[in-house]
Amino acid sequence: MDWRDVLTLTLVSLGALFFVAGYVGLARFPNALSRMHALSEVDTVGLGLVILGLLPQASWPFGMLKLIALWLVVLLAGGTTGQMLAGAIHAGIGDNDDAASAGSKPGNSRRSAG
Amino acid sequence: MTLSVTEAQLYGLCGAGLIGIGLYGAILGPSALRRLLAFNLISSGVFIVFGAIARRGGLAGGAASDPVPQALVITGLVVAFAATALAVALLIRLAALQPKTARSSPLAELAKRRYDAFDPWGGGKA
Amino acid sequence: MPDLPLPDARFADIPLGLALLVLALWLIATRRDRSAVIGFTAYGLLVAVVWVRLGAIDVALTEAALGGGLMGLLLLTAAARLGEPRGQPAPPMFMRLLVGLLCVGVTGVLAVVVLSLPTPAPNLVAAVAEHQHTTELGNPVAAVLVAFRAVDTLLESVVLALAVIVLWSFAPDAAWGERPRTLELGTPGPALVLLARLLPPLGLVVGVHLFWAGADDPGGPFQAGAVLAAMATLMWLARLGAPPPVQSRLTRVGLVVGPLVFLLIGLAGVVAADAFLGYPEGLTKPLILIIEAVKTLSVAVALALLVAGPPALPGNHLPSRAAS
Repeated sequence: MDWRDVLTLTLVSLGALFFVAGYVGLARFPNALSRMHALSEVDTVGLGLVILGLLPQASWPFGMLKLIALWLVVLLAGGTTGQMLAGAIHAGIGDNDDAASAGSKPGNSRRSAG
Repeated sequence: MTLSVTEAQLYGLCGAGLIGIGLYGAILGPSALRRLLAFNLISSGVFIVFGAIARRGGLAGGAASDPVPQALVITGLVVAFAATALAVALLIRLAALQPKTARSSPLAELAKRRYDAFDPWGGGKA
Repeated sequence: MPDLPLPDARFADIPLGLALLVLALWLIATRRDRSAVIGFTAYGLLVAVVWVRLGAIDVALTEAALGGGLMGLLLLTAAARLGEPRGQPAPPMFMRLLVGLLCVGVTGVLAVVVLSLPTPAPNLVAAVAEHQHTTELGNPVAAVLVAFRAVDTLLESVVLALAVIVLWSFAPDAAWGERPRTLELGTPGPALVLLARLLPPLGLVVGVHLFWAGADDPGGPFQAGAVLAAMATLMWLARLGAPPPVQSRLTRVGLVVGPLVFLLIGLAGVVAADAFLGYPEGLTKPLILIIEAVKTLSVAVALALLVAGPPALPGNHLPSRAAS
């Protein structure tokens, strides 16, 4: 076990801690927007730490570049879905209304997410 | 600490559970879309049981997994997807064909209520 | 530095399997269709992890692209179009008990079967490894798909093309010749448009890489086709393009070129290699490459068209049921 393994173990464990924190937030936070905040934190910091921790194990250059690209793609996708979900919540398609037909009204689903 | 079960057995049991859960949902699901979803749970469970068997065979033969079942599961996944897409298109078409002016006449209302409450098991009281 | 005693990796399998079962139960029990569909997407991703644990990376890639990606889009669109169903009366108790018992019975029998599989486990690993060199492929799964079980793969690609034809035939007569419009679900937000501009070039590279790497490493036409189809549907969803009308000749050619070329090469094998779907020596690698390339294209076209739905007339397509 050399220094690279120690680095990996430390960083991945730290990342996993963020994941746990994020999912606790997902389960415990009162409304959709704050739950989303918890999740995007997981995406950004948690996954970032895991990837950073895995970098010493990857082959130079393509293994490392792939890992970094993976993180960037998740950031992009996470940012987009966060934006769209927030837009949908803003437009009233959230899960706070418990009417069974919520979100299926044509007016709702056609509204832009802006 | 060691476990006395292999991961093939673990996931094989998991697949068996998924098949049972999916079967329940496919029979008693609250809507057609949910029954379709449950049907996909069954197929996923079948694939996982298959994958567990492939894992056993693979380990016995000196590989991570037996390539022949893997190839069959890959084709199976794609065909299952195609079948789901067809079922979804049928559901949407069915919804579009339902009487649009259901509330305008008492007779149509009655017909629609009968349609919505269609219950193949005859147990539900509309 | 001394080696840390790492725990048995199988301890990670128990929570993963449990999570899968709990999620499946929740999918069955949850009240709203849309929640169930979203849960099912998460389920697909978990199943992909299960495939990794089972050592089947090829299947994991397919499951992630299809079960976690395209399937989610397909079902979410369906949920949005169908709306939430009215509250239906719950099935009577004795029915639920009866069906529950049936399902427990099925699961129990399967569990017994799984736990009493024969030892040593029968397998075809050695048989594949023995003949794999004739295909010049390093990935045994690819060798099985394109050579040893080529009939299955050929029929499977024909099934995909047929599925699209059947799907198109669900269209009302008036809509024939129109474009598929299932993905037209309102004005796309700016974030979605940005994603649909940034991601497809990357997806194209990943798709081609999966296809090319599939010869020696996990990957192949199905995984590549699924990624490419996902990119196409993403662009359609963001209205940066529209699915082609059903009469587009290019689309039709793209749809059938895969099975057609596969079939023609297979038939040529009767003459050149003494067997249907046999490859003559020396030409094996180039022929396989051609088959896989056109199959990637056809799988991508078929999957994208399956998500795009049957052709429809322009206008408001949300069915009346959603308005109630």
